[in-house]
Order: sequence, then structure tokens, then C-alpha cells
Amino acid sequence: MSAATAGGAPTEGLPPALAEIVEDFHAVSEPERLQLLLDFSRGLPALPPRYAEHPELLEPVPECQSPIFLLTEVDDDAERSVHLFFSAPPEAPTTRGFAGILAEGLDGLPAAQVLDVPGDVCSRLGLDRAVSPLRLRGMTGMLGRIQRQVRESTAA
Amino acid sequence: MPVPTDPSPALADYAHPERLVTTQWLADNLGAEGLVVVESDEDVLLYETGHIPGAVKIDWHTDLNDPVTRDYVDGEGFAQLMAAKGISRDSTVVIYGDKSNWWAAYALWVFTLFGHEDVRLLDGGRAAWAAEERPTTTDASSPAPTDYPVVERRDEEIRAFAPDVLAHLGNGPLVDVRSAEEYTGQRTHMPAYPEEGALRGGHIPTAVSVPWARAAAEDGRFKGRAELEAIYAGEKGLQQGDDVIAYCRIGERSSHTWFVLTHLLGYDKVRNYDGSWTEWGNAVRVPIATGAEPGDAPARRS
Repeated sequence: MSAATAGGAPTEGLPPALAEIVEDFHAVSEPERLQLLLDFSRGLPALPPRYAEHPELLEPVPECQSPIFLLTEVDDDAERSVHLFFSAPPEAPTTRGFAGILAEGLDGLPAAQVLDVPGDVCSRLGLDRAVSPLRLRGMTGMLGRIQRQVRESTAA
Repeated sequence: MPVPTDPSPALADYAHPERLVTTQWLADNLGAEGLVVVESDEDVLLYETGHIPGAVKIDWHTDLNDPVTRDYVDGEGFAQLMAAKGISRDSTVVIYGDKSNWWAAYALWVFTLFGHEDVRLLDGGRAAWAAEERPTTTDASSPAPTDYPVVERRDEEIRAFAPDVLAHLGNGPLVDVRSAEEYTGQRTHMPAYPEEGALRGGHIPTAVSVPWARAAAEDGRFKGRAELEAIYAGEKGLQQGDDVIAYCRIGERSSHTWFVLTHLLGYDKVRNYDGSWTEWGNAVRVPIATGAEPGDAPARRS
């Protein structure tokens, strides 16, 4: 549904790194967007050892068709910078791709900016036809969980 | 010209062994004239990460479903899809995929709606091929376009709609192939998230519960015929000649069961209710049963 962007550019209200990703997707044809998503899937950073050894610390995302787990860390600095960690198997490249976009687009941002990311961002990537809205719901689920974790971490 | 069937003794006991091929048969027959290999996955990018050499991709969402109406593509759409994938009306099509062939079975069922004659599954699917370290490639397949006829889709024999299911209650067996939690109507509320997909939980009254995965062995291949018969006939009482309807959440897992009942066990009147729980669980005033018991058929409303 591109109605999400009615009246504005698809990048409206997005932090710069995420806006750039959205622009990159729109700059290429639909089949190439799948390839770009695959690049994000391949680029998803592996878990650092402190989490790789403790997978139970990560939160599952049941909105995704494939198993994915995520965790956010919020630094104690003035901006409360956010760091994201994901774990998804190689047999789930689409889910890994969504995670890769969120990692590249949000990691290191101040908590306030992460919380301000509009919930419809996943429908602004131009992937509705190539990937289908149903699958994109998984990405929305990831974003919702990231924001909830950040809200909980910064509430105290 | 159809490609000869797989004579493997591993398949011989099934009612219609010609509907399955083994990984070895496929490896031996790759490139055979008249054979088109199709990958159909849950994950829309999995094919791109590496696929059986020469295989084309058909995606259940973006290729087989109509983008507007909740329905499959029509005859024209299917003909265009087939032509683009290099499939002719007389091609032998072998489909494989992830998740123990859920989506491959779903694609095969849609091919059957269009009466495509020779369509088979690769037993064990993508995982079996990978486990045996058989060759894969990331090279895009570019099949020569074909001329596939526009064939009208025929839903009535193997597809059930909600009114068919309502009329079926009390008249024939229903098989719910979802997980036990979905069948009983238990909810798994996640913090801060509404349950998506269906407003009500439970199952269609009288449906017996046979989670789809009971038909699959550890390695993702189908269980042998005797084991399958013990489940569906022995335990659940399905009899040859029964008019059976299978359903799940959106019709994909029940395609797997439809394949088992129709082609492996030889039931000849099996329909897949693809509206499944995402339709039934949202429909107004349809009967629903909760808990572990199938429940009774409701009295007919006049």
C-alpha cells in the first residue's frame, strides 16, 4: 500500500541511514530490489560471542514466518544510543534481509530517533509486489519489538 | 512427451508413485527434454541463494495468487506464468521447496486446478537435495518462452469454499492439519501484540486433528504408505471413497496433506479448503468448536 506515503516522499520522517536505504530500493527495478534485499541478508552481522553463547537472551519474533530472534542494547550515554542484534538462519534470507535493513538503518541511533521511526516504514521499501505485504508484516513485527524493547530500557 | 516416471522401489508402495521422484532420479534426469524443475518456497529469496541447476522459481504469493481478489490467478494469468517459465502443457514438472515441500505441494495443487497433467514432487524437497550435497547454482535460469494454452481453472473437484464446508458438516470427514494449539483454540498472546490473522480460535466442528508434519519423516521425505495408513485410516478412520476436506490456516499445509491423501494413499475425493482458518475464524456466525474434541455437527439452520 503506497497510501502509506500519501502526501509525502517515502523517506519522510526517516532517520538518514534508513532514508538512504529506502532511496536505494526505489532507485532500482522490482527484480533488482529482491537482489538488494539479498545483499542485506548477506550483510547481516553475526551475533557477538556474548549473545551467540546465550541465545535465550534474544526475543523471538513470531510475526515472521521464519525463526528470528532479536535484542536491543541501549547505551548509558547522553543520547541513549541503541544497538541491535539479530539471529536468523541462512535458510531464511528474506527475514535476514529485513533484519539487515533495520540493523544498517537504525544501529547507533539515539533512542528517541528509533522510537520515532514510523510504523509503516516497511511498506515504503517498494517491496509489496516483489515480496508481498504478508511477508512484510514480519518486518513490521521486528520494528515493533525493537521499539518496545527500547521504550522499556529507557523508561526507568 | 512426458519424462518416464521414477521406478525407485522407495516409491513403489504409494498409490500413485508417478507423482513423486527421488533426488537420485532428478539428478539423473536434469536436462531431460520435456522436464521443467520448479522451486517453490515459503521464503521468497531462498531460490536466489542457490537452486537446482536449471530450476525456475514460482512464488506462491507473487505468482500464483491474484494480487487483488483472494483467489488464484485465472487461466490467462496461469498461461502467461507457464509461458514465462518455459513450461508447456505437456511438460513434466517436478516441484521442490523448503519446509518439507509445503509450498511445493501448494504449487502442485494449483497446477492441478488447471489440469496440468504431469506434475510431481521431489521427495524430501530442497533440504534433501542440500543434505546430499548435490549441485546448486545461483545462475538465473532463462528458459525459452513457451506457448501455454489458456485453460479454465476447475475448482470443484479439489477445492472447497466455505459454503461447501458448511454443507459438509455431518456428511463427511474434515481434517484440520494445524498444530494442536491452533486446533484447540489456545491463544499465544505476545506482549504488546494482537493476535493477527483470525478473530476466533478453535476448529471447524467435527474436524479431526492431524498436524501435517505427522506425514513427514525426520528428513522431510514422506513417511511410508503403511505408516501413513496407520495415521489417517487406522487412527482417524478415513475410508476409501470418503469425501474428505482438509484445511489449515491459509491452505498451504493442507495442500501437503491433500497430496498425501490423494497421491500417496489414493483417496479420490479430497478437497483443500484454502480459505481455511483465516476465513473461517473471521466469518460471522459459522460454528466453531474449541478444545481437543472434534465436536458435533450443528443442527441445520433452515
